[in-house]
Amino acid sequence: MYKSLSLSFMPCKAMLQPRARITRQDSENFVDYRTKVARNPTMERLQRNYLFPEISAREAEHMEKYPNAKVISLGIGDTTQPLPDVVASSMANYAHNLSTRTGYRGYGAEQGCKELRKAIAETFYKDMGIQGKEVFVSDGAQCDISRLQAYVDSSVIIGQTGDVENESGRYRNIEYMKCGPHNSFFPNLSKAARTDIIFFCSPNNPTGHAASREQLERLVGFAQENGSIIVYDSAYAFYITDGSPRSIYEIPGAEKVAIEVSSFSKIAGFTGVRLGWTVVPEQLLYANGFPVINDFNRIVCTCFNGASRIAQAGGLASLSKHGYKAVISLVDYYKENAEILLETFESLGLRTYGGVNAPYLWVHFPGSNSWDVFNEILEKTHIITVPGSGFGPAGKEFIRVTAFGHRENILEASKRLRSLL
Amino acid sequence: MSAIHQNLSTAISSSASTFLGYNNLKNIKSSNVSLPGRISGVVKCVSSPSVEKTAYKTKVSRNENLAKLQAGYLFPEIARRRNAHMLKYPDAQVISLGIGDTTEPIPEVITSAMSMRSYALSTVDGYSGYGAEQGEKQLRAAIASTYYADLGIEEDDIFVSDGAKSDISRLQVLFGSNVTMAVQDPSYPAYVDSSVILGQTGQFQKEVEKYGNIEYMRCTPENGFFPDLSTVRRTDIIFFCSPNNPTGYAASREQLTKLVQFAKENGSIIVYDSAYAMYVSDDSPRSIFEIPGAKEVALEVSSFSKYAGFTGVRLGWTAIPKELVYSDGFPVAKDFNRIVCTCFNGASNIAQAGGLACVSDEGIKAMHEVVGFYKENTAIIVDTFNSLGFKVYGGKNAPYVWVHFPGQSSWDVFSEILEKTHVVTTPGSGFGPGGEGFIRVSAFGHRENVLEACRRFKQLYK
Repeated sequence: MYKSLSLSFMPCKAMLQPRARITRQDSENFVDYRTKVARNPTMERLQRNYLFPEISAREAEHMEKYPNAKVISLGIGDTTQPLPDVVASSMANYAHNLSTRTGYRGYGAEQGCKELRKAIAETFYKDMGIQGKEVFVSDGAQCDISRLQAYVDSSVIIGQTGDVENESGRYRNIEYMKCGPHNSFFPNLSKAARTDIIFFCSPNNPTGHAASREQLERLVGFAQENGSIIVYDSAYAFYITDGSPRSIYEIPGAEKVAIEVSSFSKIAGFTGVRLGWTVVPEQLLYANGFPVINDFNRIVCTCFNGASRIAQAGGLASLSKHGYKAVISLVDYYKENAEILLETFESLGLRTYGGVNAPYLWVHFPGSNSWDVFNEILEKTHIITVPGSGFGPAGKEFIRVTAFGHRENILEASKRLRSLL
Repeated sequence: MSAIHQNLSTAISSSASTFLGYNNLKNIKSSNVSLPGRISGVVKCVSSPSVEKTAYKTKVSRNENLAKLQAGYLFPEIARRRNAHMLKYPDAQVISLGIGDTTEPIPEVITSAMSMRSYALSTVDGYSGYGAEQGEKQLRAAIASTYYADLGIEEDDIFVSDGAKSDISRLQVLFGSNVTMAVQDPSYPAYVDSSVILGQTGQFQKEVEKYGNIEYMRCTPENGFFPDLSTVRRTDIIFFCSPNNPTGYAASREQLTKLVQFAKENGSIIVYDSAYAMYVSDDSPRSIFEIPGAKEVALEVSSFSKYAGFTGVRLGWTAIPKELVYSDGFPVAKDFNRIVCTCFNGASNIAQAGGLACVSDEGIKAMHEVVGFYKENTAIIVDTFNSLGFKVYGGKNAPYVWVHFPGQSSWDVFSEILEKTHVVTTPGSGFGPGGEGFIRVSAFGHRENVLEACRRFKQLYK
């Protein structure tokens, strides 16, 4: 009997799927009739399930195996701390008002409510020349990335890539810009081939590295020389502590070459509430002079119907004077978690990157295979992490540890890790 | 007051297009229109890329599929017209029976569940982060048992979404650019537009007002608003909406049986849009899965928008049976699950709490009351046009009234009604060439507005 969440794998050396236990639930015997519609060939190219449901599945398995173990999840970057009161009550009130004649609202503008668009522009892009009308409110960065039709997995789905090369684990037709300790986690652009679109996440998930102003100037210059468009993911900008740029638009000229995607998920704990935004500057033009914003607007009006108004009310509250202070302390809480974990790993003699400008630590286990390390940590300390190879071939020797969690769990996890050695 | 759509228009072709009535082009040429008061922001209508020659351009080619689209999506276009009209007549009481936007408050049993969930998120025990992309288990189970009891659709066949419109595009992404599709003509514009965007279609053919490579299944009074399937070419995907937006027609059991048979013979997949199922007044089927054999050929999309007034809250679902498989035997639901996990991150948890309350016993009763209210509106509108001697369709099983204006351009009629009665409707040709000569009047509105609108119609057409 077919189960929709069963996992199937095509063994791929570089991705390293050592799970022999997973069997594909075969529905072929159960079904007599088949339509004559061919499966979308791009779906066949996807190597395995999206990474995070995979991690969830492993967690579930482990908990079954050790029902009494207190599993601590430092894997999926899921926020844990409650929403600030001012934000929650604004959403509660908004919801309540929907049952009144004067407070009821129907369809909202697909681009988002004007007030929120303006507040986002003023809060995050002050003095950068970005206006409310260039801000598109969404139900989160994950959805926006697909609407922009890119990123590795959705790139595969939309058909921009070729097949995967089994040895290296890379998809053909994608330019992979290696980021590692050897190049201070900023790609060597002189070695990068020209592509139309450049995805760049800073502060980075998973490495935690925040690109410097100088590095981003080089990136913008590179995009200008090549006529490329940067899709800049700044979902973790709020975690920056050292003065690194928080937006690509801090770099002059970026408004002509870059789109920026961000989210309330890791700022306000909105992982379940669903709210984010994308900035498409009016000056960003296609080769024929057509403004990218016009097409993005068309996509948003056709393929989407706006973020939930209740979520938008919450977003607005989080950017209010009172709310903003509250979300800053929320983020500070996770930043303190990161400090604790950073200290822990360093005390174990492990080279640890990140943890300073992002809620992720990128721990190096030279010469090892990240899924093996993942399994060992899980088995010996009951802590879930994420194997670096899940993020691409260059992650092979790394483990990503998130700093989201209740303080007591972070402290407990640190204790267990210290006892490992 | 609903939010005004801020429309950054795409390049509007100055020659005949589906959306632009010939007479109105002069109002829409390149101009910057500043809308004061409640409406703010600049609405820029560009008839050509208005950039200086020296402006920096990237070397990235525009997605040519988007260039195929003839104009903006229909409903922001209607909103733009409404806004322009309100500017022109600042004292007029404009009544909106155009965009199918709900107006009545959401029942308290539902909003209080959402308020409670919001408060709970500010507590340690009540806080939740990422939810399952497919939706919260309880809600999936409740949707299955409420709408698909005894139809063999189960909890894990249900994928909760932020609404049918988003799901339609996710389904297109799922099917890819190599499939062919059929739509009813007229139909809800998102099916055709998303098909164009995904590259499934050819260019727009102005003479017939159709996109190449789409099979348009004409639905008119002559064929009882059900296509003559013997004249329909085989396509991979068939979009079918019943009760229908915009015609209001609900297909009979017999007709849907024929449709399912047709799909089976051709090995096609039906995407069945049942967003208005709760408006059915007679014994027309409410779900495609009431038809034997449908589980092997169909998936169903639906929404809480028109039942619970969730147009701004955003919640819907798609049901994909396990029996629905591709030609190679691979289950469609499995790929859709992958799409949902990669291109989506779940519907808002607060909206889902509302959804759970919707399908509670009290919630279902409350939704029926809301639906009943709009149905009464519909009856009033139907009566009005009937009394004026018009041929009126729909209005029985859906909140839409499809009024025939034989031999007239629907955009002209739309403009005349707007100009003379300050009532916004929707021109039938916005839904496809089969809608030409018709006006869609939606029945969402406060009772007094619907009554007032009908008074004005009577004045205009007496």
